[in-house]
Amino acid sequence: MRRSWLAALCVAVSVCAAAPATPDARRSGFDFMTPETQAIQRDDAQNPAMLWVQEGAAAWERKAGSAGRSCIECHGDAAKSMKGVAARYPAFDAATRRPITLGQRINACVVDRQGGAALAPESQELLALESFVAMQSRGLPIAPPDDARLAPFRDRGEKLYRQRIGQLDLSCAQCHDERAGGKLAGATIPQAHPTGYPIYRLEWQGLGSLQRRLRGCIAGVRAEPFSYGAIELTELELYLARRAAGMKIETPAVRP
Amino acid sequence: MARALITMPKTAKRGEIVEIRTLIAHPMETGYRAGDDGQIVPRNLIRRFSCRYEGELVFSADLFPAVAANPYLTFCTLATTSGTLQFTWEGDRGFSQTENVVLTVT
Repeated sequence: MRRSWLAALCVAVSVCAAAPATPDARRSGFDFMTPETQAIQRDDAQNPAMLWVQEGAAAWERKAGSAGRSCIECHGDAAKSMKGVAARYPAFDAATRRPITLGQRINACVVDRQGGAALAPESQELLALESFVAMQSRGLPIAPPDDARLAPFRDRGEKLYRQRIGQLDLSCAQCHDERAGGKLAGATIPQAHPTGYPIYRLEWQGLGSLQRRLRGCIAGVRAEPFSYGAIELTELELYLARRAAGMKIETPAVRP
Repeated sequence: MARALITMPKTAKRGEIVEIRTLIAHPMETGYRAGDDGQIVPRNLIRRFSCRYEGELVFSADLFPAVAANPYLTFCTLATTSGTLQFTWEGDRGFSQTENVVLTVT
């Protein structure tokens, strides 16, 4: 009894610590971009990420795998069934007893329900489906699930966020909390809220997931990046989702 | 198969200026970059884009290595008669894609 009360208190404390003092102080990476780059994101006709969304919409209706089943046969119209789904990921997966990302959730469906081969992380097929599903939540607030099973993972994610790593000996928090809005060479340091993933990044000249972005940052401070699908990256995603709770989803976003 | 997005009105009044916006998925590989293995990635560009309105060429463009991946091109044409606009992208490695959009002029 006492232990559960303590655990609840720990969760409450970490929640309070995660939420900034004034919610208005939180700004999406969109606000740090030049008006030209913002214009690309605002307009679906010129947002290159819409190419992947279009591909994802086609894949949604395509029969695949040994079961010869399509997403639409089970889930129906994505505009209804997938609305708000991306807002609550990463979520706890009872089968694997760990939190999984939206991409991993899609892959689980591909393997278990369609009987297909798992899509590789960052493959165009997976990014297409993920961006199509995530776009159905555009405009909705990020809503991390209130699931006690996620708490220990999220806490580890927060710890990693504040841990100094790499040859540059920097933590995520030192740049994205303490120096957000400042400059890293010519680039403005954003507050690192995952509001628009998968994003079309001009530097990548393509679409990429949040894990790709995190790996890029980790390599940037000259630490060895966790591999795609590593639990550490999902834990970081969990913490970032809680940190950005309530902010509006922009998927598919464009970033410089 | 590359994907293309074409944004334009379905109908227009005769004499109206119609804005056409095109976006196509293409890596636009310059031929100057090295890949992860250190080898030069072969050039793979869209070299030419053209738009024909009922067979008549109304817009064309030559593309070069400095153009970013997934080229976005926008232009205008005068709505004269109901018909098909044919968009063609051609490039290296025998790349060719054609999309047709019908415009109804009232």
